Amino acid sequence: MQIINIWHAVSYRPVGQIRTDRAFHQGHPTNAEKTMKTMINPIKRSLLLWLFLIVPLAGFTPGLMAQEEGESGEPKTEAPKEEAEPTQLEKYQELVTAEGDDAEAFPFFTTSMLWTVMAAALVFIMHLGFSTLEVGLTRSKNTVNILFKNLFIISIGLITYALFGFNTHYPGDFGGWFSWGGMIGDLNAEGGSTFSYGGLDLCMTGFGDFIFQAMFAATAATIVSGAVAERVKLSSFLIFATLLVGVAYPVVGSWHWGGGVLAGIDFKDFAGSAVVHAFGGFAALGCVLILGPRKGKYDKDGKAKPIPGHNLPLATIGVLLLWFGWYGFNGGSVLSANPGPLGLVFTTTSLAAAAGAISASLISWIVFSKPDLSMGLNGALAGLVGITANADIVLPGSSIIIGLVAGGIVVFSVIALDKAGIDDPVGAISVHGTCGIWGILAAYFFQIEGSGVILASQIKGIALVGGAAFVFSIVVFGAIKAIMGVRVSEEEEVAGLDISEHGQEAYPEFTASTDH
Amino acid sequence: MKKIEAIIKPFKLEEVKDALAEQGLAGMTVTEVKGFGRQKGHTEVYRGSEYTVDFLPKIKLEIVVGDDQVEAASKAIIASAKTGKIGDGKVFVLPVEQATRIRTDETGEEAV
Repeated sequence: MQIINIWHAVSYRPVGQIRTDRAFHQGHPTNAEKTMKTMINPIKRSLLLWLFLIVPLAGFTPGLMAQEEGESGEPKTEAPKEEAEPTQLEKYQELVTAEGDDAEAFPFFTTSMLWTVMAAALVFIMHLGFSTLEVGLTRSKNTVNILFKNLFIISIGLITYALFGFNTHYPGDFGGWFSWGGMIGDLNAEGGSTFSYGGLDLCMTGFGDFIFQAMFAATAATIVSGAVAERVKLSSFLIFATLLVGVAYPVVGSWHWGGGVLAGIDFKDFAGSAVVHAFGGFAALGCVLILGPRKGKYDKDGKAKPIPGHNLPLATIGVLLLWFGWYGFNGGSVLSANPGPLGLVFTTTSLAAAAGAISASLISWIVFSKPDLSMGLNGALAGLVGITANADIVLPGSSIIIGLVAGGIVVFSVIALDKAGIDDPVGAISVHGTCGIWGILAAYFFQIEGSGVILASQIKGIALVGGAAFVFSIVVFGAIKAIMGVRVSEEEEVAGLDISEHGQEAYPEFTASTDH
Repeated sequence: MKKIEAIIKPFKLEEVKDALAEQGLAGMTVTEVKGFGRQKGHTEVYRGSEYTVDFLPKIKLEIVVGDDQVEAASKAIIASAKTGKIGDGKVFVLPVEQATRIRTDETGEEAV
């Protein structure tokens, strides 16, 4: 009874409505005053009720906990009590000696593993960055759709990577093109959780390896979602994204990191400028060519019309989150807590991002006569993509130059693609595709002496990876287009994908101020 | 009774409201609108493409007053909303057939 009364009082009479315009009331008690009077009793009652619940619980719980402790204090078996419970220190020493000959490396192993899983979490947060960036640079009528696609990609990416992606990505030295793997099992078994698993070059457990790489897989696919935003059909995109992250990414990645065809030619791609970013960028290019531009993007003379994003604060949050996550992306790609490379990578990554943001902002200022925030944001990402291939083999000065050049490249790439009739709402193709190429080549031009990067191998690698991604997209997305279409109808596009595909609005309390 | 519709620059709203309050007129309805007259729009650039924004944000202020107050109210609005620069806006006066206060069912000039 009491609970029902409280609920009624709380839900129907808002407390905070104090009318300030005294002239209106002319002496009558305000609604708020009447409300307060009738609410005091229910408040008193509810307080008493909570007291009666909380105090006994508070008294009861310590009793419960004491009981559990009491139980664990007793020996677990009823065997003779000569075998005392091992101390915490003894348990630790057991862990160390289990490493066998590698016992000496145990502290480094644990530190590296810790860094690896933290880096995996940082890479994960890049999905939040992608989500907010894409939302910010597109129209509010498509926001739910973009968020849905991003949520789906990280989810399906992780699942497919566990089901078959990881083992396809890393089949072991196979020097070939394709080696399909099965589901991951207990990666801790058979020496998977010891220093011997990868030694200094992969200082983590099998599960650490898995989860770190799993986060990478989904970032490659999400690059495409930005380029196809605002007009792609949801079901078609979900199918394509599943195939891209589940099949194409591990197969193409296996050519380099999995010991495939690129492994023997010393192709240098530190954290994935090619196999992640250029892969995503060129897949995006293929999709956009099949998909076509947004309605209203180009007028009848073919001139580009701007379609401004609806929330630049969100776009900025997105880019800075991506920058933050990139510390895990590049930093984690050191694959251990090796202090030397780790410090260098963090430094070069930061400097390249900063340089990219500055150069893109300045160049957009010169070219467009006003500094463009969205270009500056793209510039920071361009710098990050540019350094991703070579963060561990360049010096700080070089990283600044790499970033400065990347910032310039992205501005001109955005302009060029726009002019060419390729509609890329967020600049994904320019940031990831074009600057991915730059990162791979920069690895050769700016390498610290003795790093062993060969220009021919770099060119071969980027051509293969970018080309494969592009061809995959053209073929698969093209097939999906033929079977079920890849684009929403014109009416659906104008109304917005949120209403058309999801029946939901992102901002139901706001009406659109313009229809564009 | 007459309705005064004024299109004014948004940052002038507080001044206009205060000027009307001095006249004893404390009720009005305000909407955010877009429009242009002789004031041209401006060009913006977004990621390399230029576009003109013709419509500028304005505030539309609607107030219904008795016939005897129309002159004073209009003058108050014009004086407080004026900046002397292009785009200051316009004031329109329209006739009102009937007005009713919903709470008390008063009609006519008492309802205003």
